[in-house]
Amino acid sequence: MPVKQQGELKVWQRRERGKQFAIWAAWLVGAAIFVYCWQLISERTIWEFVRTAPKETADLAVRMVPPKWSYMETLWVPIWDTINIATLGTIMALIIAVPVAFCAARNTTPSMIFVRPIALFIIASTRSINSLIWALMLVTIIGPGVLAGVIAIGFRSIGFCAKLLYEGIEEIDENQVEAITATGASRLQVLGYGIVPQIMPAFAGIAVFRWDINIRESTVLGLVGAGGIGVQLSSSLALVAWTQVSLILIAILATVIVSEWVSAKVRHAII
Amino acid sequence: MATARTWKKPPFIEDPRLRWGLWIGALVYLVFAFGTMEVNWGRVTEGVPRAYRFIISFFPPDFTTRWSDIRDGLLESVWMTVISTVVGVAISIPIGLGAARNLAPTPVYLACRSIVALSRTFPEIILAIFFVKIFGFGPFAGFLALSIATVGFYGKLLAEDIEDMDPNQAEAVRATGAGWFQWLNYSVQPQVMPRMVGLALYRLDINFRESAVVGIVGGGGIGATLNTAFDRYEFDSAAAILVVIIVIVMVLEYLSGIVRNRIQ
Repeated sequence: MPVKQQGELKVWQRRERGKQFAIWAAWLVGAAIFVYCWQLISERTIWEFVRTAPKETADLAVRMVPPKWSYMETLWVPIWDTINIATLGTIMALIIAVPVAFCAARNTTPSMIFVRPIALFIIASTRSINSLIWALMLVTIIGPGVLAGVIAIGFRSIGFCAKLLYEGIEEIDENQVEAITATGASRLQVLGYGIVPQIMPAFAGIAVFRWDINIRESTVLGLVGAGGIGVQLSSSLALVAWTQVSLILIAILATVIVSEWVSAKVRHAII
Repeated sequence: MATARTWKKPPFIEDPRLRWGLWIGALVYLVFAFGTMEVNWGRVTEGVPRAYRFIISFFPPDFTTRWSDIRDGLLESVWMTVISTVVGVAISIPIGLGAARNLAPTPVYLACRSIVALSRTFPEIILAIFFVKIFGFGPFAGFLALSIATVGFYGKLLAEDIEDMDPNQAEAVRATGAGWFQWLNYSVQPQVMPRMVGLALYRLDINFRESAVVGIVGGGGIGATLNTAFDRYEFDSAAAILVVIIVIVMVLEYLSGIVRNRIQ
């Protein structure tokens, strides 16, 4: 126990002196990095604009209320599109993610040396590129529209779903797999009867979880032209129609809340 | 003669009505979804050779021509990531404490929970649009957007972690006569610290990824460089930027994995 001698008295201390110094040093370095970064950012900031920010905010707030409720009529179709982008994108991602996950999991991969690194690379690269960037690329290839959004969401979700799924596969109970193998089942039968039933709940949970995230992400894909309610948002912003913008934000908020409620219900039913 | 009994795999959903209902519902939904999806197939088929050209023009990634732009954008992204994570985490500590059921009185709890819920609602990019409008173009707007998103994420997880802590330790420290801050420092903080450090690193990782998109709406960072590259049809430079992003994210993920393993 670290103790400090104070005259006659021994006083309890939380840490050894060396460790205490190490923590101080870490804080110092962290603070120095922070200050350095802050300085660099502030050099690139036009402080004149920041100073006018309260006025701008007040101005914006005045111009955004009341929301233009009549605009809602034109929003139903984009909302439906947004939900479709999220759902179809999630389905597409799951279809691709399942084989990738089986190739990435240590206990089911056909080959540790060749297949597993490829699967891990697919997971890492699809995960690290944001759906908006995927959409940006896909819009240049297949043109603006819902399809680009679906594929963008799909690509982005592959890595996420496959990563969670392969971690689930690695955690299965090997005894059940062994029991099925002992009956003389083929590799596919082992997969179907020994592994799939064990990961089914995890799979359903991941699907719903990702769907919920995808609803959020698909609301903004329209900013780069990939369909959904974001298209309306971007055109309203371009037209400086702030009352429409505020209505769209409310619509997005409502969609997100409903999707969160649905996914919470479904997850509750599964687990 | 009695028919031989055979075993059938039990279905995932036991209630047959629910099972078939879900299948039929899913089918009806899919028909509707595909039916209403407006796809310009002509444009898509046209896109196939275009995709080929597009992918070809990605290779080889051109790091050299725009290197100074890429480096600038990248550094800006890194600064933005660092300060938005630090500021976001710093703000979310009091909010997270307030949003923990077992720590805060009800009015504070409700106030902090609503702050967390509010900052979680909108994606970073929408926040960035507004901050760009209010604070002007540049990394400052991106930094604010990422900080607020961090508050929503980190505050929520911190509050949940505090709610899950072991109350016995907290009670033991309180029984020694510790004041509120001492109690916080010696009973709550040591319990939540390891996980929270891991989550801060995870958020750093997310913020870097997000910093690549706030630039699309004018929030500075590598996203701005990427958007410019796309606008100029310099796909080889864009490919270089994407490669850099992927590599940095992978390195960050690897490093944070090591740190998390050492802490926990």
